[in-house]
Amino acid sequence: MSANLVLVVVVGVLFAAGVYLLLERSLTRVLVGVILIGNGVNTLFLVASGPAGRAPIVGLNDVDDMSDPLPQALVLTAIVITLGVTAFLLAMAYRAWQLNGNDEVQDDVEDAAIRRRAELDEVSSSYDDSAGGTMDEEGADEPAAVASSPDGDPAAVGPEGEQR
Amino acid sequence: MSASVLVPLPVILPLFGAGLALALGRSARAQRVVSVVVLALMVAIAAVLLVRADADGPQVMHVGGWEAPLGISLVADRLSALMLLVSAIVALCVLVYSLSQGLVEYGPDTPLSIYHPTFLILVAGVANAFLSGDLFNLYVGFEILLAASYVLLTLGGTADRIRAGSTYVVVSLASSIVFLTALALVYAATGTVSMAQLAGRLDELPDGVALLLQLMLLTAFAIKAAVFPLSAWLPDSYPTAPAPVTAVFAGLLTKVGVYAIIRTQTLLFPDSPLSDALLWAALLTMVIGILGAVAQDDLKRMLSFTLVSHIGYMVFGVALATDDGLSGAIYYVVHHIVIQTNLFLVAGLIERRGGSTSLERLGGLARLSPVLALLFFVPAMNLAGIPPFSGFLGKLGLMQAGVDDGSWLAYVLVAGSVVTSLLTLYAMAKAWNRAFWQPPSSEELSSEAEAAGATTDLHGKPVRTDGAVLTGKAAVVMRAGMAGPAAALLAVGVALTVFAGPLFGLTDRAAADLRERTPYIEAVLPGGAP
Repeated sequence: MSANLVLVVVVGVLFAAGVYLLLERSLTRVLVGVILIGNGVNTLFLVASGPAGRAPIVGLNDVDDMSDPLPQALVLTAIVITLGVTAFLLAMAYRAWQLNGNDEVQDDVEDAAIRRRAELDEVSSSYDDSAGGTMDEEGADEPAAVASSPDGDPAAVGPEGEQR
Repeated sequence: MSASVLVPLPVILPLFGAGLALALGRSARAQRVVSVVVLALMVAIAAVLLVRADADGPQVMHVGGWEAPLGISLVADRLSALMLLVSAIVALCVLVYSLSQGLVEYGPDTPLSIYHPTFLILVAGVANAFLSGDLFNLYVGFEILLAASYVLLTLGGTADRIRAGSTYVVVSLASSIVFLTALALVYAATGTVSMAQLAGRLDELPDGVALLLQLMLLTAFAIKAAVFPLSAWLPDSYPTAPAPVTAVFAGLLTKVGVYAIIRTQTLLFPDSPLSDALLWAALLTMVIGILGAVAQDDLKRMLSFTLVSHIGYMVFGVALATDDGLSGAIYYVVHHIVIQTNLFLVAGLIERRGGSTSLERLGGLARLSPVLALLFFVPAMNLAGIPPFSGFLGKLGLMQAGVDDGSWLAYVLVAGSVVTSLLTLYAMAKAWNRAFWQPPSSEELSSEAEAAGATTDLHGKPVRTDGAVLTGKAAVVMRAGMAGPAAALLAVGVALTVFAGPLFGLTDRAAADLRERTPYIEAVLPGGAP
């Protein structure tokens, strides 16, 4: 099978640009990335179908000269699906913008809460261990030193932990 | 072969029902009737298909009369028909549950008119994925169910659901793109997407090319199935959806990914060079998933993590690639679809009764509602794998397959699965103790009343609970329509134990078919691959 080099390069560029955009935080950019990759995949299907031939209509052209019609049918389906998903993503980006004033993908709230709790644990255990005030590198900064002075109560570090 | 006429019905019926339900959007009652009738029919059809597939071999339908390598073929072999039957039962139970939930929360005349059509399309997509005989149709099935799931997950469009939805949609899109790219490469390498034909042609490819294709397909399916390095999206996105939606996602969507892994691994890549890698992935999925569950304070999130963790058991069975391993994996998939859906439905009931799913806020539910306690306790113990239940039998089957395999890695996996099931027991016992057993303090009672206001329904609007927990006057009664489906699934879970013998017989035969490959290939391509 011989592949068209230009098409292969186009596929590569579309994928590269699409992946770059997909890694962004803004939903609109993600959307553009999806569209680019979607078109990249469609072009890849054309590469997969082999060299171009004549229109695949029985009776009009000789069977040996025809291009492969199956990938074109597959691409049509893929285009329709990409269209639908794009519309949904667009609506979602708009809704996110309505709600938050931006369309950025946000961190998970619970994950952040658990991370914060883990940090609090770390700090408070260092208090318990080091009654004399020797701090690990985590808690060596100024506010921690202030918080440590009362009685090493973990609750006292609460606000400090949230600052991080 | 008369039953082959039935094969496309599980896809067509829900799609037709969805259109009808959308047209009947003004009448909530008509929509309900349509969806319940369609799903009940699907259960019946799937049961007939399973019996016929078991008796007469795979049932094949060539859509539009185009024969296999060219046209789209739908195939119901033992594995597909079994998955179809379980999914249809689960979907029916979830639908009945959500009907009742809708009734309570808005009164009879304010339904959400897109819920039923979307739900039916989701079911059609799941059925299409199970039945599809070619890879591209499998992709289409995935996209149908994903598009429906995007809508269901973001129902109401509240800030929380948009946040959870955006992660979910982008991750799903990424996996679809990987899958589609793999398809293009498969077509370029072999010139076909029909799985029966691919089974022969992939063997002839150079090892490196086949490995690349396998890796890409596995990556795409592993994202959908939430196998460990690719599972981070799941616990973030599932818990924010309404309870019945989370339940059906947890039961069905990840299992479609597992099904696709089983199908492609056995049919297309039987001598996989990746089985060691899959075993490692299974181990990490189990252990890291359950460690996440142990850390959670919220019941729904804890259940989402156990969902991730138990996917590991299925991958373990698939990676062993022995008859016993596959049989155990299939049994475990069936068990897990039922039990995980059941637990999420019960979590919805707990949210309604206790005003929250946060274990910090719940307490004393066993006294308030003994029925609810029972509904939670049985599937929770089943999930943890306490001996008489199906979870135990499935795990035992997998562990035996692992011991029979005999390699040191298989022994590590067996040890890992024991640890995982003990930790599952710990997580479930923790949830049970805190939500049901420990008495609520007075401070918690007042916070429960406040939390009750924060509970949201299908629309994302607050549910009116009228401080029921606080006064104990049971303003929130358990609706029979909600407790009923949960109880029905519990009964199905128990039935999996009672009929474990025949069921294991069936999964053994299904696994033997998968390993042998020829029944499937000959059913789809009667004259052999051209």
